[in-house]
Amino acid sequence: MGSPLGLVADTIPFSCVDGPGNRFVVFLQGCNFDCRACHNPQTILLQSPHARTVTVEELVDEIRGPAPFLSGVTVSGGEATLQTPFLVELFAALKRDPDLGRLTTLVDTNGSAPPATWDTLAPVMDGAMVDLKCLDPARHLELTHAEVEPVLASIRHLAAIGRLHEVRLLVVPGVNDDPPLVERTAAWLHGVDPAMAVKVIGFRRHGARAAAQAWPEGTTADVEAVVAVLRAAGLSRLATV
Amino acid sequence: MDIHELRAEVRRVVNDPTLTYQQRRHRLAGLAEEALEYPPLSDAAREALDKRIVCDMFEGPAPYRPRYVLPDYERAVHQGSAFLELEAPRDLDEALAFLLMLYSQVPSITGYPVYVGDLDKVLAPFVNGVSDDDLYRKLRLLWLSLDRMFPDAFLHTDFGPDDSRVTRTILRLERELQQVVPNCTMKVDPDRTPDDLVLDGVRTVFACGQPHFVNHPMMVADHGEGYAAVSCYNSLKIGGGSHTLVRLNLKEVVLRHTGDLESFFGSTLPTYVELTAEVIEARVRHLVEEARFFEHSWLVHEGLVDLSRFSAMFGIFGLAEAVDLLMERDGREGTYGHSSEADALSYRLTQTVADLVAVRPMPYCDGGGGRCYLHSQSGIDSDVGVTAGTRIPVGAEPGLYEHLRTVAPHHRLFASGVSDVLSMDDTATRNPQAMVDIIRGALREGMRDVTFNLDSNEFVRVTGYLVRKSDLARAAEGTRHGSDQLAAGAEANTHMTQRAVKRVISQEMAATDPRRVGG
Repeated sequence: MGSPLGLVADTIPFSCVDGPGNRFVVFLQGCNFDCRACHNPQTILLQSPHARTVTVEELVDEIRGPAPFLSGVTVSGGEATLQTPFLVELFAALKRDPDLGRLTTLVDTNGSAPPATWDTLAPVMDGAMVDLKCLDPARHLELTHAEVEPVLASIRHLAAIGRLHEVRLLVVPGVNDDPPLVERTAAWLHGVDPAMAVKVIGFRRHGARAAAQAWPEGTTADVEAVVAVLRAAGLSRLATV
Repeated sequence: MDIHELRAEVRRVVNDPTLTYQQRRHRLAGLAEEALEYPPLSDAAREALDKRIVCDMFEGPAPYRPRYVLPDYERAVHQGSAFLELEAPRDLDEALAFLLMLYSQVPSITGYPVYVGDLDKVLAPFVNGVSDDDLYRKLRLLWLSLDRMFPDAFLHTDFGPDDSRVTRTILRLERELQQVVPNCTMKVDPDRTPDDLVLDGVRTVFACGQPHFVNHPMMVADHGEGYAAVSCYNSLKIGGGSHTLVRLNLKEVVLRHTGDLESFFGSTLPTYVELTAEVIEARVRHLVEEARFFEHSWLVHEGLVDLSRFSAMFGIFGLAEAVDLLMERDGREGTYGHSSEADALSYRLTQTVADLVAVRPMPYCDGGGGRCYLHSQSGIDSDVGVTAGTRIPVGAEPGLYEHLRTVAPHHRLFASGVSDVLSMDDTATRNPQAMVDIIRGALREGMRDVTFNLDSNEFVRVTGYLVRKSDLARAAEGTRHGSDQLAAGAEANTHMTQRAVKRVISQEMAATDPRRVGG
């Protein structure tokens, strides 16, 4: 059996917004959500003329140059877990490399993958950053064209196996930040793990498609209002973007 | 200049409403020195100097003090001073007062000391038993005194590589006081400096543009444990210093070259390296043999500096333009920082200069093993159309990783300092650990000096020193810091406030960044 190939939309050698420290980020092509707020809409389609096919070895070599400057590698998307076999091989290759083994391996995910996928990744993945677009099932469907329940299951399962790096809440003012909803979200997250890290991110129009251009951007005040609710619910590891 | 020009120039300074009394006096001293003849030079060296192919940094024609003096302050506080009629200090108050008195007597090219000591080490014997609050209050007064008594951003202090209460207090004061004086360097040793201290340094940079970070093991390998970074990016021996700094404009050398690449490296470049060395030698001999600084200075008599720990700095600048011109003449595409061929040529160029300097004996330079220290000179206010040192031109810097990868291989060659200013955008402040990673990586990859700026804060790093943007705007009306006026000239000529800002990130996946030039 040959090594799996990855379909990569892009890579960036340095990023300070995709997990702790300075990170190499791999954006895989293809997503099973269709979020209105997506800031990388060109990565949603499962195929793209701009994406390239790479082997694990090629990608590892690409990481080797900037490695001295990095805390780790984050695989984002698209939805990284749609290419789980490649992801497992990539992380395993990094972990066994004498020079790269110190790099932490994170996945930036929409949380749609089933628990079995996380179990497969767990031995080589240090953690997952899960986006929760909205706790409310109907509104989640509206915002992402996908069900929320698998996302919640992922958060629960990752927390249980010690692989939940953080949950990310996107704040679109007037769309998913009404106080009762945020309070329910806070209570649910706290119920899963009171020590959970949560990052609250204000919506930005930059990169998003026309359908989201009418939405207001999340200001510092909007984000802080959500943080205050989370804090009141007993969550303490809170960060904002 | 003739006597009439001199008189007119003196008159201009005397009447200049934008200069403080001290600034006028300093300039008048410079004019008096200008009235003297230059030390004897060959016609070729004189011509290179006149055409500014070789540049003596306007140090003046009759050097009577070394450009950079690094007194051994640890020794001074241990032994006291007969010249100052002061016994060795016994507690922190006495030590701080002793140092302020001593600083006022340290000569340099700027008229103010360029080095005030590795204060964590100098003050270590005096801080035991001093509460954190007292330490903070006393160091705060020292910090205010330094900025008000020596208003010059070339005044420099160092700390590290080990953590200390003094260092933590200095970083706190830097963040709180927002002064341009002193310039600060943190010595970083991957095995000794804790992440948490580097992180504190990074947060301080976000607040006020200080400190620089230097590669401690690399510096120790070149200079021994007793070294310090002073003024801006000048790494020299403590208890010694540099007699002079003369720099070679590599762009001008290429412009004067006719012939192919091999004859440039085999003939033209060596010729100008030797002319630069000739100017350095003439200046060093004047300082040591004519002005006889080392026979007269009380710092020497009391063992705070020693000629054996001095050398002279051989600077280069304009590497970027030199490389681009050589590529063009050679019929090849590509520019420095954006083409592996151009980068390879740049490494050949600096290595060739280093090899030539390494075999050129220099008198009174035992600190450098009888040779000059090589230095990547970070520019002066009058530079136009030529890039500082070995930097990538302002505004044309590639992405951060490519930038670091391009410049890092030069750093090991420049024992007396090299600089590349990395301009970061605000997103960096949300993840200071990322900057710690970048600093550690840069040192791991062989960079000697790492400096970064936050694009949005009140400070802008000029050639290597800091100026407040608000002071820069007011410079035409006069300011308290002498360095601000140099900065105003530098900004007008080099546009360093327009550095390409690094987006360490992209949340979006834009593969092309309009600010990137070339590819």
